[in-house]
Amino acid sequence: MIDALNALVVLANFVIVPAVAYGAQLALGALGVTLIFAILRFTNIAHGDTMAFGAMITIFTTWGLQGAGISLGPLPTALLALPVGIAGTALLLLGTDRLIYRFYRAKKVAPVMLLIVSVGVMFVMNGLVRFIIGVDDQRFADGERFIISARTFRDLTGLDEGLAIRTTQGITVVTAVIVVAALFWFLDRTRTGKSMRAYSDNEDLALLSGINPERVVTITWILVAALATIAGVLYGLDKSFKPFTYFQLLLPVFAAAIVGGLGNPVGAIVGGFVIAFSEVGVTYAFKRVLEYLLPEALEPDGLVQLLGTDYKFAVSFAILVVVLIFRPTGLYRSTAA
Amino acid sequence: MNMREAGLFALVALLIVGTGVVQGWNSALLILNMGLVSALMSLGVNLQWGFAGLFNVGIMGFVALGGLAVVIVSMPPVTEAWAAGGARALAGLALGAVTVVAAILAWRRMAKGRMRALAVAGLLVAGLLAYRAVMAPAVGAIEGVDPAVSGYLGGLGLPVLLAWPAGGLLAAGAAWIIGKTALGLRADYLAIATLGISEIVIAILKNEDWLTRGVKNVVGLPRPVPNEIDLQQDADFVARAADLGIDPVTASTLYIKAGYGLLFAAVLIVVLVLAQLALRSPWGRMMRAIRDNETAAAAMGKNITARHLQVFVLGSAVCGLAGAMMTTLDGQLTPSTYQPLRYTFLIWVMVIVGGSGNNFGAVLGGMLIWFLWVQVEPMGQWLLGIVTAPMPDGSWLKAHLLDGAAQMRLLTMGLVLLLVLRFSPRGLLPER
Repeated sequence: MIDALNALVVLANFVIVPAVAYGAQLALGALGVTLIFAILRFTNIAHGDTMAFGAMITIFTTWGLQGAGISLGPLPTALLALPVGIAGTALLLLGTDRLIYRFYRAKKVAPVMLLIVSVGVMFVMNGLVRFIIGVDDQRFADGERFIISARTFRDLTGLDEGLAIRTTQGITVVTAVIVVAALFWFLDRTRTGKSMRAYSDNEDLALLSGINPERVVTITWILVAALATIAGVLYGLDKSFKPFTYFQLLLPVFAAAIVGGLGNPVGAIVGGFVIAFSEVGVTYAFKRVLEYLLPEALEPDGLVQLLGTDYKFAVSFAILVVVLIFRPTGLYRSTAA
Repeated sequence: MNMREAGLFALVALLIVGTGVVQGWNSALLILNMGLVSALMSLGVNLQWGFAGLFNVGIMGFVALGGLAVVIVSMPPVTEAWAAGGARALAGLALGAVTVVAAILAWRRMAKGRMRALAVAGLLVAGLLAYRAVMAPAVGAIEGVDPAVSGYLGGLGLPVLLAWPAGGLLAAGAAWIIGKTALGLRADYLAIATLGISEIVIAILKNEDWLTRGVKNVVGLPRPVPNEIDLQQDADFVARAADLGIDPVTASTLYIKAGYGLLFAAVLIVVLVLAQLALRSPWGRMMRAIRDNETAAAAMGKNITARHLQVFVLGSAVCGLAGAMMTTLDGQLTPSTYQPLRYTFLIWVMVIVGGSGNNFGAVLGGMLIWFLWVQVEPMGQWLLGIVTAPMPDGSWLKAHLLDGAAQMRLLTMGLVLLLVLRFSPRGLLPER
């Protein structure tokens, strides 16, 4: 019995808790991708760099606040800086839309053309971020490091294995729940949210009923800015901020959005967790879990790791391919179908 | 070739000659050589995008496979490593291949239903475990052989020029497998799928040390041209250099670079001629018909999927060929240098700026954008030097701005792409 509990704690410590936090970050990223796809009808390659930009503004504000001696006590100061980051990113995205995307929207170009345009935007944003903050790792997490540390947990429960939950992991999940709840409330209950869904379902009908498309687009970009910034900041708090890793997040984020069904917000969230749990689960060495569960004679010699951690891209990708082949519209109905 | 084409190519020539006059001929030849390779990559992408409208963002993967081919073909075999685990490694690979084929066969032959899904999944997991059981000791043994200098199987020890077509073939094989699974998806899905594959290829190159030495890099690849040192010791060569009034060291580096340049130019011209013939042929017209209206082309009896697969494989092969040439030029395979911004998206900028659907445009875009990519950094440094000149020395902002000059190239490439898309969406040399 104790062995089973120990196994469960090891599993929770190394797989469940990190995967839940990572899944929440991916889900927020995928929500942004999916919103752009549903309303603006293109795949935004620049999304990873949007997340990096939002995180960067938040980091600068955090440093400013820290310099001024303002903090949130046990919570990271970055939470206080988030609104500034969101506002900055929203300005950038609206500016990009005004200068670049609006021209192509008016011409009703093919989605793949917008995709290529977003490659240009990606280059510019990537260059901007690297130019302003540099290419190095930046740490900006402060406050209490752990909600519960491995040692406290062991003392508390008397088990051999410890379960550590970092503050950033807790904050990630709580923030993600609040953000998702607010987003769904907005989309389902408010007039603006309904007009957005109408626009997504059938553009012509929405226009006929007097919905102002430019307003819908503006609000979409603001929502995307908020989602991307929050996802970027949470990821940065949990791991660390480095422009290049944000670019690489593009793949799991897209995999999450596509697995869930592009354009479907519920799907994006489910997709985020599917990708996160598979990535962490497939690359985790289950040796220690099995040691607790199996009798000594059956204990494994190897690490019982399906794939090395460096192959985590392969996991996102494999899931992506399987879903695309067997269920091209994603787990949930995609608006693309 | 009309006036516009001639003028733009003359401009590129002028830029490179200008570099030679201002920064020295070694720099100019460096830009020219990589420009030729870039032009070839951009020709490959143009086959896929310009001819057929396939959106491939996995170029980096094919380029890297070309690089891998150079190692496999041209490096001398490491006999101790082969003795230690070569046979076992080959058996492991064969086992992996058998697993995949068995899974595919099971999928095709068994009746639809839960049983089939379970059987295929079981086959794959069991195959993976068996593969790892066979492979792990072999990998350990191979990587244990003198890890500081080898620790991998080495290659076949064949002439390096053979590696170029081999790189094309390797990339073509990979493209066939990818195309079989991913083609037929919508453009944006294909984009994400190819992006994922290219990352996986790089992950394999970085981690399968027994094959590529991973991040330890394979250095000292054989060259198709002589060594500088040998030339400098060759009395004939030194005498001829002296006649021209160049010191032997400079003369040897120029001679080598020019040699690469000629080889690359020859390959580029062959591929360009073939691409041009293909574009003008009924096959090229069919491709463009499919691109412009798949439904209509299908109604005319064209097999869309097969044609797409064909052109995807061809274009990827050209990228693999270019990748093999690039690795030969570098003289080493360094898996950690493959970045999607540089090897995928930059090539896209070349194709779009040059003019998708126009082979000459692709070549022009490749050369021109490569020139910009190299020269934007010194230009940015110079520009920021002027901007920061009035600032006091040692100021934080000045140091930061000067450091940032290296990042200017990404910004510039983005701006160039956006400007071309906006004001000349068909590129500098539009399709005809």
